[in-house]
Amino acid sequence: MRQVFARAISGLAVIGLVAGAAACNSSSGDDDSASGGNCGYKLAYFGALTGSSANLGVNIEQGFELAINQYNEKKGSDCITVAKFDSQGEPAVAPGVARQLVADKKILGIVGPPFSGESEAADPIFEEAGIPTISPSATRVSLAANGWKTFHRAVANDDSQGPAAAAYIKDTLKAAKVFVADDQSAYGAGLADIVKKTLGSAVVNSDKTEADGKQTDFSAVVQKVVSSGATVMFYGGYYQNAGLIRKQLTAAGWKGTLVGGDGMKDAGLAKAAGNAAAVGTIVTCPCSPPEKAGGTFVTDYKAKWGVDAGTYSDVAFDAANIYLQGIDAGNTTAEKMNTFLSTVNYQGIANTYKFTETGELDPSLIKVWTFKFDATGNQVADQEVKVTP
Amino acid sequence: MDFSGLIQDFGPLTITGLAQGAIIALFALGYTLVYGVLRLINFAHSEVFLLGSYACLVVWGFFGLDQNSATPSVIAVIGFLLLGLVAAIVVSGLTALGVELVAYRPLRRRNAPPLAFLITAIGASLFISETVGVITQRNIKAVPPLIRPADVFVIGNMHVTNLQILIIVLALVMMFVLDRFINRSRLGRGIRAVAQNPDSAALMGVNKSRVIALVFLIGGLMAGIAAVMYDLKIGVTRFDAGFLLGIEAFTAAVLGGIGNLRGALLGGLLLGVLQNYAAGLFGTQWLHAASFVLLVLILLVRPTGLLGESLGRARA
Repeated sequence: MRQVFARAISGLAVIGLVAGAAACNSSSGDDDSASGGNCGYKLAYFGALTGSSANLGVNIEQGFELAINQYNEKKGSDCITVAKFDSQGEPAVAPGVARQLVADKKILGIVGPPFSGESEAADPIFEEAGIPTISPSATRVSLAANGWKTFHRAVANDDSQGPAAAAYIKDTLKAAKVFVADDQSAYGAGLADIVKKTLGSAVVNSDKTEADGKQTDFSAVVQKVVSSGATVMFYGGYYQNAGLIRKQLTAAGWKGTLVGGDGMKDAGLAKAAGNAAAVGTIVTCPCSPPEKAGGTFVTDYKAKWGVDAGTYSDVAFDAANIYLQGIDAGNTTAEKMNTFLSTVNYQGIANTYKFTETGELDPSLIKVWTFKFDATGNQVADQEVKVTP
Repeated sequence: MDFSGLIQDFGPLTITGLAQGAIIALFALGYTLVYGVLRLINFAHSEVFLLGSYACLVVWGFFGLDQNSATPSVIAVIGFLLLGLVAAIVVSGLTALGVELVAYRPLRRRNAPPLAFLITAIGASLFISETVGVITQRNIKAVPPLIRPADVFVIGNMHVTNLQILIIVLALVMMFVLDRFINRSRLGRGIRAVAQNPDSAALMGVNKSRVIALVFLIGGLMAGIAAVMYDLKIGVTRFDAGFLLGIEAFTAAVLGGIGNLRGALLGGLLLGVLQNYAAGLFGTQWLHAASFVLLVLILLVRPTGLLGESLGRARA
């Protein structure tokens, strides 16, 4: 029985190989015929469309697809095709899906991957295939340090958030006494250290908690915050712990403000804390509020998808348009497109984009906003924080 | 090391530690009771607690209560609390009986070695916790604000709240009732008899299987109460909540002397308070490490725990 299966599978594999080779041949034939108008190419979205973290991925994909639809409407034809690849946001799933993507030789550029974890898993495959990527949301600092030539990100990395949070605490909240804590993660501790350094003597005490899911009783931290007389607590960590800490702080009668990075920018914080306790909590994000995007993007997006543009929808829209500009300029291979990205200076609806040698957004273009939890658990845009690079 | 901070916060750290310790103590009873009778650690006890912590939330959910609800009137709160306690006790008790029926009884019939019980218990524990994880998509479930913490009295900077008093008093009362039950009642005498010598007890007409089921059931009931108190104090539960607190409860049981009811209470309260002191002195990141160092030190001096192993043995 097992042998029969094995033969059947190997037979299928052979058929697949032959078909694949045939597909390659036919696609190279198309490339020659598509000389007029630079049509017949594909741009890809790579990221979560299903799974527990799909919300952010769908925001990005819809912004991306909107840009290509508008381009095609202007051309009056289905010039550029949208290709979607669902990674589920999972580093374990991403590589297999990435290999499917690189097999399609008509794809000139990728918008994604949205998350840092799947980026680490999939970006080496795109690098090997030479297909450029623009991530609208993967912010782990180390991603740019891999020497990948095809890696670009259209937002600031995590290093920009610490100074922004510190500036907000000092200038807007005008806090004289600040308590700083973190969850000992690379992200959380890094963020907290920058805040501590920037605020200096205003930091009256600090502590470290266990990571998300490793601690639920925060009595001791809460007591330290209360005793320190701090009016602001900065927490470097993720939304689940932050929600619990906020709830237990409120239960202990502390009336100060909790501030954190984009790891806390999630409805889960309000869910854990309850809206009544979460209200007023401030989170920073290296993103602009989507409703502030320029042009007719906000209304176009709503008309096309029936929902408001979400976090990073605008950046994905811009990223797609950068590729489309590249195609218009005659960059019809992935290699040429990648070279094009290194010289691009594109003014989009959310920001202006220029990439450094490592693929980072040019430091002069970094934008960081603060968001505030409102009484219904939503994170509402508060203000843009100027960070001096 | 932050000695001045510890001294300054000594009062508040003590009271919050006692409240956490009381929950740990109620949880620890399940480990201690089963060990006292079977000489086995029931590692599935953490999931007995877990299901209890969800049961009361489900019941409160039927009444439309969630984390954003307003705190109901006093009478309604008492009603909801009782209802939540009943739900948690029933679910935890049934889970404990189920674990005994599925993971222990068949093996006992076949005279399996102790290691087999350990593995089936861990298996049952993982199965329940992972199932809850999949059903809840590993998301947290938040608790309605049934009790708004309010100061009942203040000594210095130590604010004693209504919730802390409720938790500590409830734990002490349950412990007292259970102690009376084990030491004075007919069924309790049966438990002590089986704990002392199963074979003699059987010869004297004690139904061993029933005693074992009873012990699992009592542990489950106490875990159910602990689960409701945990929900109210912490504010959320999730699929691995039982595992985290279970380790602490097991530690408390060993600290006080596993198999010893009063030891579980003492161990739980001590662990809760000492964890808080350690967090105050060394920083919260040392909370778990410090308490385990202490456990090792105490076991070096008293290998059977502070009060020794005795379910019935000492006061038989």
